[in-house]
Amino acid sequence: MNRQSQYMITVKDMVKKFGQFTANDHLTFNVKRGEIFGFLGANGAGKTTAMRILCGLSSPTSGEIYVAGYNVYRETEKIKRSIGYMSQKFSLYEDLTVKENFRFYGGIYGLKRRKIRERTGYLLDKLNFSHAMNQKISDIPLGWKQKLAFSIAIMHEPRIVFLDEPTSGVDPITRRQFWEMIYETASQEVTVFVTTHYMDEAEYCSRVSIMDRGKIKALDTPANLKQTYRVANMNEVFVQIAR
Amino acid sequence: MKRFVGFVRKEFIHIFRDRRTLLILFGMPVAQILIFGYVVTNEIKEARIAIYDQSKDAVTREITDKILSSGYFRLAKRIEDESQIEETFQKGEIKEIIVFEPHFDEKLSQEKSAQVQILLDATDANMANLLQSYTAGIISDYSKNIRFDNGQMPVIQTRPRMLFNNELKGVYMFVPGTMALILMLVTAMMTSISITREKEMGTMEVLLVSPLKSIQIIAGKVMPYVSLAFLNGVVILALGYFVFDMPVHGNIILLLSETLLYIVMALSLGIFISTVSPTQQVAMFVSMFALLLPTMLLSGFIFPIENMPWPLQWLSTIIPARYFIVLIKNIMIKGTGLLFIWKETLILLLMTVIFIGLSIRNFKIRLE
Repeated sequence: MNRQSQYMITVKDMVKKFGQFTANDHLTFNVKRGEIFGFLGANGAGKTTAMRILCGLSSPTSGEIYVAGYNVYRETEKIKRSIGYMSQKFSLYEDLTVKENFRFYGGIYGLKRRKIRERTGYLLDKLNFSHAMNQKISDIPLGWKQKLAFSIAIMHEPRIVFLDEPTSGVDPITRRQFWEMIYETASQEVTVFVTTHYMDEAEYCSRVSIMDRGKIKALDTPANLKQTYRVANMNEVFVQIAR
Repeated sequence: MKRFVGFVRKEFIHIFRDRRTLLILFGMPVAQILIFGYVVTNEIKEARIAIYDQSKDAVTREITDKILSSGYFRLAKRIEDESQIEETFQKGEIKEIIVFEPHFDEKLSQEKSAQVQILLDATDANMANLLQSYTAGIISDYSKNIRFDNGQMPVIQTRPRMLFNNELKGVYMFVPGTMALILMLVTAMMTSISITREKEMGTMEVLLVSPLKSIQIIAGKVMPYVSLAFLNGVVILALGYFVFDMPVHGNIILLLSETLLYIVMALSLGIFISTVSPTQQVAMFVSMFALLLPTMLLSGFIFPIENMPWPLQWLSTIIPARYFIVLIKNIMIKGTGLLFIWKETLILLLMTVIFIGLSIRNFKIRLE
């Protein structure tokens, strides 16, 4: 596959089995460059499994899968270098300061010291958070931690960023600000792959896929989905599919 | 009252559904009483001794029989030459050698006095004392029961000689034991807790998604603990040497290498514990339960392994500290070279390989 292709992720017939249980049953979908792709589904529908495969944390049972143009079976190292990842736990080191967290994560992605300083300055500036550079993460409110975790996930300028339920547990205002950050990131040609439980957030996505019991049941823009199911909002779409 | 009963019932349900609490509640006291009861004893059971009989006459044979039939001793070796004495003690399995002087019977009947020398490996001072008093007791018992026709009583003198530690210092046992215990705890517990912390905080996932290889992640995580534990070991050794006059008769490089080997072993054990523990709390619990108590009780640190009943002796063979204590004592006090301690070294190496293998297997299953 050509790396300059319009698709950043292509998945064809992806299957993942755990013994007798099929967590992902022939998933097929593509994610376009610069798109915000919403990955929805009830708990246990198989979202996390699929996301872990795309991130190279787990290997699929079968299927043809490319992430950032690289094969998930053979080129996981290259995939890992091209993606950013933010888990629902935010994954910052509580006993390290903001700056130290940036330095650590920049370091494991092999960024040069100058580059780390530059990116840290730039990202904190944009967050308006430079003043708290030397504060420990444990002293920072949850909403800020989440925004910092996102900044760190895009620090090494990945081409795709995976967000695993990034807004669980934060207040509506912070969630709103967080989505503004996502939009801005996507506007810079970075592809965003996001799982969420909030249906209002699904409305913000370019396209949405809805999984149920290991299968993708629907995949389209929020507007088209609402039209197809003849309902007023994404919540209703979701309830109809995952019922 | 009814509300209160309901509350109590709920609490009972919590306790009975939580295996860990039940284990602490009932398992701990039973295990501890059994272990302490059997381990904390000042009796000798079938201690392995050697006999160097330079006389081989009727009397020495009788004394030997008496000693061996007492049930306290078992003949592990017959020594025929003085040069074998040193070698026997270096191997470390035999703690006592009974030496009968030449022409024992003759001397006894003519001079009314003969000598038995009791050579003891006093690296464990308590054990040496115990062996000595049991042996001397049996011999004096024997000598009281022989009487010559003229009614005169002969004297069999027992002369104990404490080898390697003639002042019978407890510190000779204490320093290696403490070192084994502390290094095990610091290394295994800290490693397992710090790895499970990353799992719990979710940072482990982010590390795994990063381009770092898993071997780099694990090596990077444990490296600080290796160096800190090693420093710790050196401090303990230095304290033993400078403050408590613990000798270092053996090769210092060998001593430090074995210490490093033990640390790496404890570390791999820590990694293994972290692969089976979902949380820091569990890692802590496993470390305490599986490492602290057995290392203290069954390693030979406080209670001699030789005197334990066989199930506990058998259990002690899987306690890594047991081998480390032997290594350290032999190198420091007896100046033993690798030639006599390669077995213990090999066991520690093997344990390391096993724990690392198990960790890799568990790690792969988790990633699956």
